[in-house]
Amino acid sequence: MEYILLIVGAVLVNNILLSQFLGICPFLGVSSKVETALGMSGAVTFVIAIATLATYLLQTYILDPLGIGYMQTIAFILVIAALVQMVEIVLKKISPSLYQALGIFLPLITTNCAVLGIAILTIQKKYTLVSGVVFSVASAIGFGLAMVLFAGIREDLELNNVPKQLKGVPIALITAGILAMAFMGFSGVVKV
Amino acid sequence: MNFQNLTKGIFKENPTFVLMLGMCPTLATTTSAINGIGMGAATLAVLIMSNLAISLIAQYIPAKVRIPSYIVVIAAFVSMIDLLMQAYVPDLHATLGIFIPLIVVNCIVLGRAEAFASTNGALASALDGFSIGLGFTLSLGTIGAIRELLGSGAIFGQTLIETDGILIFVLAPGAFLVLGYLMVLFNMLKKKLA
Amino acid sequence: MLLTLLIITFVSSAVVGFVYSLTEKPIGEVKKKKIKASIEQVIPAFDTVTTFKVADDGDSLVFYSATKNGAAVGTAIETFDNNGFSGHISIMVGFLPDGTINGVAVLSQNETPGLGAKMSEKQKEGAKPAFTTQFLGKNPINFKLAVTKDGGNVDAITASTISSRAFCLAVQRAYDALKAHQAADMDYSQLVNAE
Repeated sequence: MEYILLIVGAVLVNNILLSQFLGICPFLGVSSKVETALGMSGAVTFVIAIATLATYLLQTYILDPLGIGYMQTIAFILVIAALVQMVEIVLKKISPSLYQALGIFLPLITTNCAVLGIAILTIQKKYTLVSGVVFSVASAIGFGLAMVLFAGIREDLELNNVPKQLKGVPIALITAGILAMAFMGFSGVVKV
Repeated sequence: MNFQNLTKGIFKENPTFVLMLGMCPTLATTTSAINGIGMGAATLAVLIMSNLAISLIAQYIPAKVRIPSYIVVIAAFVSMIDLLMQAYVPDLHATLGIFIPLIVVNCIVLGRAEAFASTNGALASALDGFSIGLGFTLSLGTIGAIRELLGSGAIFGQTLIETDGILIFVLAPGAFLVLGYLMVLFNMLKKKLA
Repeated sequence: MLLTLLIITFVSSAVVGFVYSLTEKPIGEVKKKKIKASIEQVIPAFDTVTTFKVADDGDSLVFYSATKNGAAVGTAIETFDNNGFSGHISIMVGFLPDGTINGVAVLSQNETPGLGAKMSEKQKEGAKPAFTTQFLGKNPINFKLAVTKDGGNVDAITASTISSRAFCLAVQRAYDALKAHQAADMDYSQLVNAE
């Protein structure tokens, strides 16, 4: 039950994109097509899950015992950068077409604040290892959900006659605002 | 070195409205004018120092480890700012919370290191950091002020209008809406000037 | 290549370590000051404080037991709850020796600004009563620490039932710990009174 609550909370109520504002850059950048949005979300989910696991262990077994918690930022970002590099190499081998599609955005996952953000949040919220990983995967799914929904809307927007000054990012932001409002409706869903 | 370098960040290369970088803190920390400015100032400090440091060491770094090296340098400065804020402005530190360590992954900082500091001199790079940082601070302050005014009828915590405010503007959707419409205004202004 | 990265990492770490050693003291002082200010806010004037930790289901609460001229004036308890809208909230609750709530102060919370975050608002002159005001002078014996929606006596912050619930749970946790501690300490206190 506890995990179901955690998952619903992270996917819908505290959606990482629409209420925590983590990972906005890829959200606005890669979300003009549903297909790319799906690919990006997949890559991000994978990286977030491994990164949270790795950083959690790093924090509990190395940083905390040594009393150097202040090195958190540097240590975490290094781990994430290395992981992303690995994912990039693996993806290049396994699925060149996906690699091509994600192109420039893969290395950018390093600077996707969702990855570092969730790693730090997991530590801050004092989760156990299991609930930390559940939380990170759920957050990533929430990221994917918002990305894909948003890409769908943007695909339709392309066909519409948007006022000239609103074209591009402004209309995307306003759309995101309305989507965020819709997601706020979920805040009543979770009852403790 | 010229005056252009100093003012470009405010309008011509405004990081928020033109370059559209660093959207996460822009949306997340602008619940009030003071929070927006605080976040902007922290980023400004990191930008100046990281730009300066990177312009000095760029020539010694092999191309292959360029990005990781830059990130480590930036992370070091961010950690320093984080600690200093915790010590001297604890209240602001508490409100900005997780978004201070997240300056590391703010695309503006890495972007400027890569696009400007790695190929320019120390002084020019520091100035570039200052200019872009100032533009970022001003943008965040403006967004924060508008959201605070609409959301609670106050600016800088000073109540201007006795009202409960339009709550949606301090909540998540308000951030997207205000930024979206401000961008429209900015585009119109730019067109008029051009 | 790797060597360069290693050197950079090493130098960066050293510099951060240095800044940490400089800021460690001020940060500690800021924290202590905040705790001290919140203790003073929630219990009546005192001259000495004894601090001790009490285990509470896997975690521990910090008790600040205050006396004035040797007589107990109250206990401030640093308590928490993890079920806020955005997770962890930490509050200081002050109890008089008979268990009456004398004051509450929010130490840290990440609730939504304009909604749950209202729990940190202090009472303003002439304004609507702040959320925390309703706890003052109440004794949990006859004041049910739950929001009215759940059959309790606490008026939730408008549109922030989850935050209000977490707040109540945190106060309840402190009260339960206080009672448990007092029960365990009973023999000792009777001994003191007898003297």
